[in-house]
Amino acid sequence: MIDYQAPLTDMQFVLEHLVGERLAGLAPFAALDRETIGAVLQEAARLVEAEIAPLNAAGDRQGCRLQETAVQTPAGFPAAYQAFVDGGWQGLSLPEVDGGQGLPYLYSHVLMDMLAAANSAFSLYPMLTQSACEALRLHGSEALRDRYLATLTSGRFAGTMCLTEPQAGSDLSLIRTRAEPDGADAAGPAYRLTGTKIFITGGEQDLSENIVHMVLARLPDAPAGVEGISLFLVPKLLPDGERNAVYCRGLEQKMGIHGASTCVMGFEGARGWLVGEANRGLRHMFTMMNLARLAVGSQGLGIAEAAAQRALGYARERLQGRPGKGQRTGETVPIVAHAEVRRMLLRLRTGAEGARMLAYDVAAEVDVARHHADPARREQAAGYVELMTPICKAGLTDIGLANASLAVQVYGGHGYIRDNGVEQLLRDAKINCLYEGTNGIQAIDLVARKLRLADGALPEILFRRVAKAPAEGAFAPLPALLAQAREVTARLQARLAAGEDVTGLAYPYLEGMLRLALAGQWARAQQAAPALAPAQAARKQAAAVFFARTELARARAEFEIAAQDPAECALADPALV
Amino acid sequence: MHIVVCIKQVPDSSQIRVHPVTNTIMRQGVPAVVNPYDLFSLEEALRLKDRVGGRVTVLCMGPPQAEMALRKAISFGADHAILVTDRAFAGSDTLATSFALASAVRQIGRDMAVDLVFCGKQTIDGDTAQVGPGIAKRLDLQLLTYVSQIDAVDPERREIVVRRRAEGGVQVLKTRLPCLITMLEGSNELRFATQAGIFRAARYPVQRWDSKAAGIEDPSRVGLKGSPTVVRKVFAPTPNTQRADLISCESGTPEDLAATLLAKLTTRNPELAALLGRAGMQETGR
Ligand SMILES: Cc1cc2nc3c(=O)[nH]c(=O)nc-3n(C[C@H](O)[C@H](O)[C@H](O)COP(=O)(O)OP(=O)(O)OC[C@H]3O[C@@H](n4cnc5c(N)ncnc54)[C@H](O)[C@@H]3O)c2cc1C
Ligand SMILES: Cc1cc2nc3c(=O)[nH]c(=O)nc-3n(C[C@H](O)[C@H](O)[C@H](O)COP(=O)(O)OP(=O)(O)OC[C@H]3O[C@@H](n4cnc5c(N)ncnc54)[C@H](O)[C@@H]3O)c2cc1C
Repeated sequence: MIDYQAPLTDMQFVLEHLVGERLAGLAPFAALDRETIGAVLQEAARLVEAEIAPLNAAGDRQGCRLQETAVQTPAGFPAAYQAFVDGGWQGLSLPEVDGGQGLPYLYSHVLMDMLAAANSAFSLYPMLTQSACEALRLHGSEALRDRYLATLTSGRFAGTMCLTEPQAGSDLSLIRTRAEPDGADAAGPAYRLTGTKIFITGGEQDLSENIVHMVLARLPDAPAGVEGISLFLVPKLLPDGERNAVYCRGLEQKMGIHGASTCVMGFEGARGWLVGEANRGLRHMFTMMNLARLAVGSQGLGIAEAAAQRALGYARERLQGRPGKGQRTGETVPIVAHAEVRRMLLRLRTGAEGARMLAYDVAAEVDVARHHADPARREQAAGYVELMTPICKAGLTDIGLANASLAVQVYGGHGYIRDNGVEQLLRDAKINCLYEGTNGIQAIDLVARKLRLADGALPEILFRRVAKAPAEGAFAPLPALLAQAREVTARLQARLAAGEDVTGLAYPYLEGMLRLALAGQWARAQQAAPALAPAQAARKQAAAVFFARTELARARAEFEIAAQDPAECALADPALV
Repeated sequence: MHIVVCIKQVPDSSQIRVHPVTNTIMRQGVPAVVNPYDLFSLEEALRLKDRVGGRVTVLCMGPPQAEMALRKAISFGADHAILVTDRAFAGSDTLATSFALASAVRQIGRDMAVDLVFCGKQTIDGDTAQVGPGIAKRLDLQLLTYVSQIDAVDPERREIVVRRRAEGGVQVLKTRLPCLITMLEGSNELRFATQAGIFRAARYPVQRWDSKAAGIEDPSRVGLKGSPTVVRKVFAPTPNTQRADLISCESGTPEDLAATLLAKLTTRNPELAALLGRAGMQETGR
């Protein structure tokens, strides 16, 4: 069975016709040509298809095992990880000065698109390492960076993010892990960390030489709440090779991503160093958490793609029923011959391809925000990324989950059977809606924070972009939808200004905004489609039409829900739920 | 040790369509790839270099776009790349191609003597398997075709021991260097390119040789003039016999026979593996 085939044609379509131009003008990437990018993507696809995808099903069955405090990842994971590191893939989008390849940030999403589709569990290890790199690069002292940045960038060392504690999940102000001053050394003032972290992805594993934990903890005299949290770097092995006092004390049994270790981590007087300023740990963490949220969105994209691939393949082979209405005789046909199945397949394809356009679009803006010559354009790009981060995180992971569920549906009862491989997608997809801030928290972030930032100007960045998309053919209703979006946004902003709690209707608003943003992408894709080979162009156009005919109406409905007065929606009283 | 690997850029046959009326191959829009058979030779050359050190030079004759094939080889670890390209080569058949390549190998040897030349077993577009032997003959090299494994190579004593697939068995052959080897498909697995390799390949200045630089003095030996082969007609032959295969295996149990049949079918048609994978699984649920 072919486990996964990277959709290079669609990836390249999006890269070249929808987002590529924006990168072309950025100074650090002036020397990058189409051929080199093509070669990089082809080789990434080869590695992912040949080495990483085949471990997916077996890794799910085998899971991770805890022996004493050591964790064994599924068979094949260590070798695949080594191949990943040897190829230099960990540092794909990290700066060359740190030993990375210095490619645009965008390409880390193309890689995640492939990795998460092929093997979501595996994809988490490099993702967390990349997050740890970003945190260290942006906030670490020179001494700490010298010590750890190159080994993390190459993937020789892996990283983790240690935020969650039993009593502190969404609400990180409740963190209790303590850090006591403990002298100083070449890497600066040192601390001893004591406390328990839970749900730590990659907290222990047998893939990398060392593990570098990024830990949120409190200093002795720290103020209560989020203003009293600091960020520390705690390695598993200390610079002299000695084992640090941080141990895996348990492994969670999970619904999915069995190949990713989810650890209870005991910090038992572990030595660590402060990253950035004292008591500003949460802020430091968030500069990189925003990128991690975008990365999780792209994990949703990857699963959406894997689900679409499986379902399309199956629907062309599974023979069931007769063609046409009420026909009882004649040849049995593949289920793709039934319009109801085609509805599901088109939804799967538009889900995956739409998610791809949006994920790459926002990722490209991260590059623009970093490197554009014009400060105004940089600021605009940064604002766009701020606004779109919760939309991508929640929206694209919801699409991943919906697609996984639809793929099971296309398989019928066979989809519910383990050996057929699609139920794993469904189990693996759900976690994306939960970690890096639950999707509910994303919706609240969108409404309560992003609608207020920059005097409420951020949504207009998206709206202006959508206004420029060609509202042709099936997209004729787009301007009306845009007007509705502007109106709902203004209404929410007025309620926020009046001090009302609007978070009860934040999710419908996020759903509306997601579809509006996707509509803008699809309208442009429809226009760019003729650049594809004829058969692919026709399919792309069909997908655009299908999106317009089904999702624009859903967007209108979601905005309509969000426009209501939350006080009139039976949301006010805990006693009434 | 200096190893030259001849690679040819070919249209990706999995995407080729034959024109239904004229029966000619429709090449437009078909992406070009490195002839898949050549990759086994490239990998073997790189392994030899890993073992005994030295230099791997990749050589290709083709249009300027064929540079892509050479870059690919560089990304996997080849040291040097030479593209022999000249309008004068247009229309070369296997005779003219092997003449030109042999001449180019001779030129390459001026810089550092060539110990080994690798060719693919055949190409997926021309399919003649003549070019490798043609080069060997012209350069007076020992010829080892269908090699499945290189057991030993001794650059000092200038000897090489290989396994060669022959009818009904495997030959273990020892010969002296320099020699020309064509590798059997499936005998190794191509390594993954590192990103450092990919970027080196992107920046690598592929050398371009025209016919003069390739050492060809007599232009009538290459191109259409140097190609006695004439294509009269291209057609799809109608199979006149049905082939039958005897399925046998050691134990002869129904399960083993079925597994052997399945293996035969899937190796002959890799796409079938995907189809069968799914169909096979349908039996497990209800
Ligand atoms: C497999 C896995 C891997 C993980 N990996 C890591 C990791 O590597 N590092 C790490 O630090 N953590 C990790 N986590 C933890 C994860 O980030 C948290 O589970 C998540 O942030 C939610 O916290 P919680 O589970 O305590 O849920 P809670 O915070 O208890 O939330 C429960 C529900 O209440 C809602 N809710 C909570 N607060 C509010 C509010 N103020 N307003 C509205 N709704 C609210 C939530 O949306 C959710 O629906 C992982 C979790 C899992 C399951
Ligand atoms: C009957 C016939 C008529 C043809 N007519 C024409 C024509 O009119 N016009 C035309 O353009 N072509 C024509 N060709 C194609 C051309 O002659 C061959 O493609 C070319 O000579 C190589 O032969 P091959 O592909 O069969 O290679 P093979 O002999 O199968 O290749 C064996 C190995 O030799 C090496 N090799 C072969 N070619 C090259 C190369 N170019 N560079 C580097 N290494 C190489 C590779 O390692 C390859 O794996 C014709 C081919 C045939 C069989």
